[in-house]
Amino acid sequence: MSFTFASKFKIQATKVTADLDHRAKIRAALKSYETARDERKAQYQDWQAARHGAASIKWESLNHLDAYLVDFVTKLSARGTKVFWAGNAQEARDYIVALAKEKRAHTIIKSKTMTSEEIHLNEALRQAGYEVVESDLGEFIVQLRGEAPYHLVFPAMHLTRHEISDLFHEKLHSAPSEHPEELTMIARKELRFKYIQADIGISGANFGIAETGMISITENEGNGRLTTALPKVHVALMGIEKVIPRLSDLALFLPLLATAGTGQQITCYNSLIGGPRQSDEPDGPDEFHLVLLDNNRTQLLADAEQRDALHCIRCGACLNACPIFRNVGGHTYGTTYQGPIGSVITPHLRGLMDWKHLSYASSLCGACTEVCPVKINLHHHLLHNRRNAVASRPDPSERAAFRLFAFLTRYPGLVNRLARISRPLVPFVRVVKPILPAPIKGWLSSRDLPKIARESFRDYWKKR
Amino acid sequence: MDQLFPSVGISVVRIFEKLGHTVDFKESILCCGQPAFNAGFWDESRDIAVRVLQSLSGEGPVVVPSGSCTAMVKNFYPELFRARSEAAVAEQLSRRTFEFSSFLVDQLGVTDLGSRFPARVTFHDGCHGLRELQIKRQPRLLLERVKDLTLVEMEDQTSCCGFGGTFAVKFPMISTAMGETKSASALSTEAEYLVSNDSSCLMHLQGLLNRQNKKLKTVHLAEVLASY
Repeated sequence: MSFTFASKFKIQATKVTADLDHRAKIRAALKSYETARDERKAQYQDWQAARHGAASIKWESLNHLDAYLVDFVTKLSARGTKVFWAGNAQEARDYIVALAKEKRAHTIIKSKTMTSEEIHLNEALRQAGYEVVESDLGEFIVQLRGEAPYHLVFPAMHLTRHEISDLFHEKLHSAPSEHPEELTMIARKELRFKYIQADIGISGANFGIAETGMISITENEGNGRLTTALPKVHVALMGIEKVIPRLSDLALFLPLLATAGTGQQITCYNSLIGGPRQSDEPDGPDEFHLVLLDNNRTQLLADAEQRDALHCIRCGACLNACPIFRNVGGHTYGTTYQGPIGSVITPHLRGLMDWKHLSYASSLCGACTEVCPVKINLHHHLLHNRRNAVASRPDPSERAAFRLFAFLTRYPGLVNRLARISRPLVPFVRVVKPILPAPIKGWLSSRDLPKIARESFRDYWKKR
Repeated sequence: MDQLFPSVGISVVRIFEKLGHTVDFKESILCCGQPAFNAGFWDESRDIAVRVLQSLSGEGPVVVPSGSCTAMVKNFYPELFRARSEAAVAEQLSRRTFEFSSFLVDQLGVTDLGSRFPARVTFHDGCHGLRELQIKRQPRLLLERVKDLTLVEMEDQTSCCGFGGTFAVKFPMISTAMGETKSASALSTEAEYLVSNDSSCLMHLQGLLNRQNKKLKTVHLAEVLASY
């Protein structure tokens, strides 16, 4: 029998949560993020008002997505952009692979795009015989390790500089180094050559601006610029929900994304791309292809309760705040998008029954919702996913347990008597642990049971 | 609270009676239905909640010594009964339901109860009280007025303890890791007592602390305030 996604999650979570080095490493990494983020947040006159403004703009975009997408695409096409509407991952992959074939490409360079992870583009291109190189430093590192990104903003946050040095030594035969600058230079040397060699550059897009027909890319390493400017062909892959109405909206979104995502005032490089090289322009790619991806986003848009999940600007703030993410780590999820936002949208993108366990793997503490810069009601959507999962296929034993529980609440006196009777038995529960049902075993794995009181509150109340 | 932590209820009764109020307890209520609600079993949850609505019909404030149960009645009952015949009743109950510490501070305007609790304590915010009900200031205001009590805040004071209801038994490994982090923060304050306004968080943390043979004791805010 093959493992379900849920059982894989539990196995991996058991392993990672017990890894105290991992726990300490992630905690330390996020501590410095928190400090930087809080400093940046303090520069806002009113952070809550900024969140509210951003959420309103996203709300407006999604409510008129049909019109904004048409505006966006019309303006881009007018400047020679080739736009492809991909209904699903397969269509997007097929288009890009066919394009590579048409251009007789050999090497493809990529800047960071989680959407390409979503459609498993690298595998498709490699299987078709192309060399694919990730140019974002973190992505470059996890690609060398043959891993998926650990975190949607910090792909290699689970690795120490020591581990990265070893990796570079092994794969790139570089001299060992503990200095981040030296390690960066090793990657840079490797990548500079690839930019020149590459026939196609593939990027994502952080925002699409309907008013001007441009994509906005934010990054910190300049790799996005080189990827989109040096190769003769640039392909941008973008989810349809990334469109915002006006250019001036970036005045809010760029600092907001940087603050929430990395604790920066604004990211180092911000590019706007409105088409391929125009006749009066000295440089830029000859062709610009924009692949607009649906892949079940319209289905989520149709869900009035949860459509605000499409507000997401992929800043990763909810991951950083999430105590589940901090303890299980990014790879345990087995999804493209980790953490709370991943637990909310993966059931929509890839099927509720296969991915509902992520909605249950939450204490519903709400730290995610509190930090989300576009005010997605994340932890309540986890509750909604749970309700929807039960409505479509409830677990029979769990349903029986809750029905029994609901039935018993009708008879508080009876429950009180049962509690009195079982009171002396509690100390022996640990002795019979092997034969107990899983939930009690789960509790006892690390915790003692609470004692049942000698006199219950209702007995006290009666005696008064 | 009824079976495991009756002294919390007794403390609440004593505090309100000392303040000159009359307290009633509805013996017909055993649970608000949150465990079923959080597990996705909304029909079963409604089955329980409907009887809570009936038992608590009428006027007058309903005070709950748990942020979590309060959030269920105050925030989630209206959602649970949305577009149903009980919607108006659920809304009405929501408006007059209050968490214990916020009722004292915000409704009664009381912060000094004349309590005395000679100990070093740290406070854990239950997430439902903190983020569903925005209760953070109230328990601290109350604790600051307790004689001979020293309040020491722990690191990452607003992070979750890892209880999360059925989450604690469905994903015990994650729940435990979160609890270990929380109890380590509490222990490093060198407090003698870990205080909270939610017994469920404390049940989880005390279970962990006992297993690790730690001396730190958990105690509900009401029990601290009812000490004279």
